Amino acid sequence: MKTKAKPFSLTMLSLLTATAFLAAPTAAGAQEPLKIALVSFYSGPVSGPVGIPSRNGADLIIEAINAGTLPAPYSGAGVGGRQIESIYVDEAVDPVSEYRNAVQRQGVDAVVGYASSGSCLGVAPVAEELQTLTLLYYCGSVRTFEEGPKEYVFRTMNTQDVENIGAARYVLDTMKDVKSISGINQNYGWGQESWRDFSKSLQQLKPDITIKTELFPKFLSGQYGAEVTALSRNKADIIHSSFWGGDLDAFILQASPRNLLKNQTAVLTTGGTALQSLAKHIPDGTIIGVRGSGGVLAPKSDFNDWFRSEYEKKYGEVVTFPAYYMAQAVLALKAAGDIAAQKSGNSPSVDDIRTALRGISFETPAGTVAMDRHNGHQASTEIAYGTFKLQDGKPTLENVKRYAPECVIAPEGTNSLDWIEAGFPGAVCN
Amino acid sequence: MSLLLAIVIDGLIYASWLFIIASGLSLIYGVMRVLNMAHGSFYAIGAYVTASLVSWYFNHSTLPAYGSFVLMFLAAPAVGIVLGVLVERGVLRFLIERGELITVLVTFGLLLMFEDIIKLIWGVQSYYAFEPYGLLGSTDIGGLTFVNYDLAMIGVAAVVAVVLWWALNRTRFGKLLRAVIYDRELAVSIGINVSRVFVMTFATGVALGALAGGLVAPSITVTPGLGIEVIVLAFAVVVTGGLGSIQGALLGAVMIGLARAAAVNVYPELELFVIYAVMATVLVFRPRGLFALATSRKI
Amino acid sequence: MRQFDFSLAAIMIGTAMLATGVFVLPAWILSMVVTIIAKALVVISVVILMRAGLVSFGQGLYYCIGGYAVGLGGPWLNVTDMFALLGLAALAGLVSGAVLGVLMCRYREIFFAMFSLALAMILYGVLSQSQALGSTDGFNVSRPTVLGMMLATGQVRTVIYLTACLLGGGVAALIHVFFKSEMGYASQAASENEIRLQYLGASPNRVFYGNYVLASVAASLGGALLALNYGHVGPDMAYWTQSGEFIFIALVGGTGNVIAALIGAGVFEAVRTYALEWAPDAWQLILGTVLVLIVSFMPNGLWTLVRSLRPGTRRRTAIENTL
Repeated sequence: MKTKAKPFSLTMLSLLTATAFLAAPTAAGAQEPLKIALVSFYSGPVSGPVGIPSRNGADLIIEAINAGTLPAPYSGAGVGGRQIESIYVDEAVDPVSEYRNAVQRQGVDAVVGYASSGSCLGVAPVAEELQTLTLLYYCGSVRTFEEGPKEYVFRTMNTQDVENIGAARYVLDTMKDVKSISGINQNYGWGQESWRDFSKSLQQLKPDITIKTELFPKFLSGQYGAEVTALSRNKADIIHSSFWGGDLDAFILQASPRNLLKNQTAVLTTGGTALQSLAKHIPDGTIIGVRGSGGVLAPKSDFNDWFRSEYEKKYGEVVTFPAYYMAQAVLALKAAGDIAAQKSGNSPSVDDIRTALRGISFETPAGTVAMDRHNGHQASTEIAYGTFKLQDGKPTLENVKRYAPECVIAPEGTNSLDWIEAGFPGAVCN
Repeated sequence: MSLLLAIVIDGLIYASWLFIIASGLSLIYGVMRVLNMAHGSFYAIGAYVTASLVSWYFNHSTLPAYGSFVLMFLAAPAVGIVLGVLVERGVLRFLIERGELITVLVTFGLLLMFEDIIKLIWGVQSYYAFEPYGLLGSTDIGGLTFVNYDLAMIGVAAVVAVVLWWALNRTRFGKLLRAVIYDRELAVSIGINVSRVFVMTFATGVALGALAGGLVAPSITVTPGLGIEVIVLAFAVVVTGGLGSIQGALLGAVMIGLARAAAVNVYPELELFVIYAVMATVLVFRPRGLFALATSRKI
Repeated sequence: MRQFDFSLAAIMIGTAMLATGVFVLPAWILSMVVTIIAKALVVISVVILMRAGLVSFGQGLYYCIGGYAVGLGGPWLNVTDMFALLGLAALAGLVSGAVLGVLMCRYREIFFAMFSLALAMILYGVLSQSQALGSTDGFNVSRPTVLGMMLATGQVRTVIYLTACLLGGGVAALIHVFFKSEMGYASQAASENEIRLQYLGASPNRVFYGNYVLASVAASLGGALLALNYGHVGPDMAYWTQSGEFIFIALVGGTGNVIAALIGAGVFEAVRTYALEWAPDAWQLILGTVLVLIVSFMPNGLWTLVRSLRPGTRRRTAIENTL
C-alpha cells in the first residue's frame, strides 16, 4: 500500500477537478508533473561505459519530451501533457533501500533504471509491494519475470539470453563449419549465464561442436595475460565473450598484439562500445553485438539520425548503445502516457500509464519495441550482429544480420533455458 | 608451447606487476607501520596521469615515440612523490602515534576521498594510452606470441628489486631505514631524524605504487574503480611475504603469480580462490608470513 | 555499592522508544531503522573483537551466512517462521564460528585481519560460482510466516520492525553485560598483554575463542535481520568492502560502548543516503572526509560526544578506552 495518506477533502477536490476537465479532450493548464527516478551506476567502474551514457540518453529524451520537440511519430509536450521531473539515484549503493527511499521519501511516481541483474532481482518485489511503476532498462537476467509474474514491473529491453541465442545463430550463419568454441566471460551472473546460453544454443543447433576452454576471470581483473595464453594454446574457431566496459577494452588491448583475435574469431556480444576507441586493435572478421539493436547497429531511420546528432551536439561525443536503452525506457512512458491521455481525454495518472504500457508497441531510435512477452511486461525487439571491417581507417560493420523476435526469443509462456534445451521449438528464422 | 613454459612466463609477468605495487606497500608498512589502504588510489592516479600525458604526447606533439617511455618513468613517480609528501605531511604525520588501527582507517578514508577526487578531475570516461604497449613489438616463444612490453615488465621489476635491496643494504640511508624498522623508539633516541625518514619512505612507497599504475596503463583502459580492485591483491602479496620485507614481497609476488597462471591454464575454476589459498597456506605454516620481521615481545 | 548502569537503562529506554515509533514513523524510516539495527549488530560483533585486540576484515562472512541461512531456510529446510529463521541464522553463525574460530584464534593483528578477509572472500567466491544459489545476483527471500500465520506484507513489516527493536536492544544489553563481566575485562586485558593475562591465570586462547564465537553469532543475526527486511541476499554481503564498512562504522561510533555501535550505524546510514541524494557524484568524497575528520579529532568516535554530555563523568584514562 502506498503510504502517502490523502485526506478525504483532498480526494474530493481532485475528483471534482478531474470531472471538470472531462469535457476538454486535451487537458490544458497546470498538470502535475510526472516525477521519475533515473537509476543507474553513477559511480564506480560501471559508470563510465554504462551509467553516464544511459543518463545522458535519458536526459536528452526527457528534454525533448518536455519541450515537445521529439520527432515523429511522437507529438505534444510531456507524457500525456505531464512534464517529466527527474531525480538521479546512484545504483551503486544499497539499490533496494534507495528504491524505497526514492519512492517513499522523495515521492517519485515511477522509477526507470537498473543496470545490474542483482538490483533488478532485489527491486522487483519491492516495486510490487509499494505498487510503483518500475521500468527496468538494462539488466539482462531472465529471472525477473520467470520467477513470477509482475504487475508493476516492466522491462523495455531484451534479456541476455536473446543476445547469446542471436550470437549463436549469427555464428552459424556466417561460419557454417565451426567446430570448436572457447569462452572468456566475467565471473559473475552476467558472464556465467551469457556463456551458458551461447554454448548451449550453439550445441543445440550443431551438436558436434566441442568446447575447448572456458575461462571466467574475476570481474574487473583487467589483467588477462594468462588467459590469452590459455586461449592461444587451445585453439578454437570461435571465442565468445560478453566482456564489457574496461574489461572488454583491456582484453582487446592485450589480446590483439598477441594475434589471438586474428587466429581465432571473437564474438563480442557487447562489443559495440569498443568500436570507436579501439578500432585499430580489432581485427577484421570479429563479430560484434550491441545487446539489442541500438548503437552502431541501429536500423537507419530519421529518428535514429535525430538521436545521434542531438546526442553529439549536446555531449560532444558519439552515442553508445546504453544511451539508447535508457532513452527507450523513457520513450515507453511517453508512448503509454500519450495513448492513455488520448483514451481518457485528460492528463493520465501513473496507473493509466501503467495500464497503457501493457502490450504497447512504440518507436525508438533503435527500432520498434513491442512489449509482448510475459503478459505485456517484457519487451521483445530484434537483435543484430555484424562483422567488423576496417575500411579507410574507419570501423564499419558488414554482413549485418537482424534476427526477428520470433527467431531468438522464447515464446510466451516458455522459460528461455527450457526453450534452448528443447531445441527452440516454434522458432521462425529466415 | 609447453604448459610449464606458459605458466612460468605468464606467472612472471603477473608477478612483476604485483611486486612493483606490493613493494611500495611493504616498504611503507615496514618502516612506518602504516597499512596504506590508499595505495590503490595512488596506483589509480599514476595510471590516470600517465594515460593523460601519453595520449597528449601522441596526439599533440611530434616528439619521437620512444620518448613516451621516458615520460612514463618520470611522470607517474613524480606525481607519486608529490602526493606522498602532501599526504604524509598533511595528514599522516599527526596520526601515526595513535597506532596502526587509526592509520588504517585514515588511509581508508583517503581512499574514498581520492575515488571522488579522481572522478572530479578526470571524469568517468575511459582513458586510452595504448601506443607505448605496441612500441617494443612482440616475440614468438614456443609458438605463442608475447608482447615485449610485458616481458620488459619483468626486467623493470627486477631492477626495482635490486635498487631497493641495494638502497636498503648498501647505503647509509638504508641503514637508517633498517634501524627505524627494527625499533622506532631506539632510533629516535640515537638521533635519527625519524620524521624525515618517514616522509621519504612514504613518498618512495607511493611513487612505486604510482609507477605500477603508470606502467600498466598502456595495456588497459583507465576507468574509475581501478584502485580498489588492486588493493586486496597487494595486501595478499605483502601478507604472504611478510610485512615490511622486500624479499618477502618479491617471493610472495612470484608465488601468487605462478599459482594464478597455473590455475588459469590448468584449472580455471580455481582462479578466484588461488590467491587467497596461497596466502592462507603460507600463513598456516608461517603465521607471520614468509620473511617476517623479528619483533621483540614486550612484556 | 553497585554503580547504576546508565548504559543498560539507556538501552532499555531506547528500545522502548524505538518500538513505539512503529505507530508514528513513516514506512521508509521504519525500514531504514531495521537496516541500521541489522548493521549495528554486525558492528557490535566488530567491536567485540576489537576490544579483544583483533580487527576482523571478514565479519561479512558471518553476515552473509546469517543472510543466506534465512534465505535458504524456506527452500531447503521448509522453515518459514520468522523467529525460527532467526534462530537458524544464529545457529549457523555459532557452528561456523566455532569451527573457524579454532583456526582463526592462532592469529593476531594484521594476520588475523587478512585471514578473516581471505575467509570471507573465499565464501564470496564459492557463492559466486554457484548457479543454484543465483551466483552473483543472489536470490530473493520469500515472505516469512509469523508464528505459523501468513500475514499481509504491511503487518509482516511491523513485526519485523518490532523484532528488530527487541533483538537490537536485547543483544546490546547482553553484550553490554558481557563487557562488564569477568570475561569482558579479560578480553580487554588480552588485547593489551597476553602474557600478563596468562600470569594472572586466564587463558588468552579461550578468551579469544569465546569472543570470536560471540561475534560470529551477533554478525549472523545482523545478516538474518537484514535478509528479512531487505528481501534479497547476495554474495556481496561477504565482499571485503562490506566488512570495511562495518569497521568504519565501529570507529565512527566508537568502541567504548555498545550503544555507540547503534549511533555509528545510524549516522553512517543517514549521512550516506543524504549524501547520495544531494551529491550523487561526490558521496564517496563526503563519506571519506567525514571519516578522516572523525578519526582525527575524535579518536574514540562519536561516543566521546555522548560521554562528555554526562555531568560529572571523570575523564577515562587511556587504558580504560579500548584502543
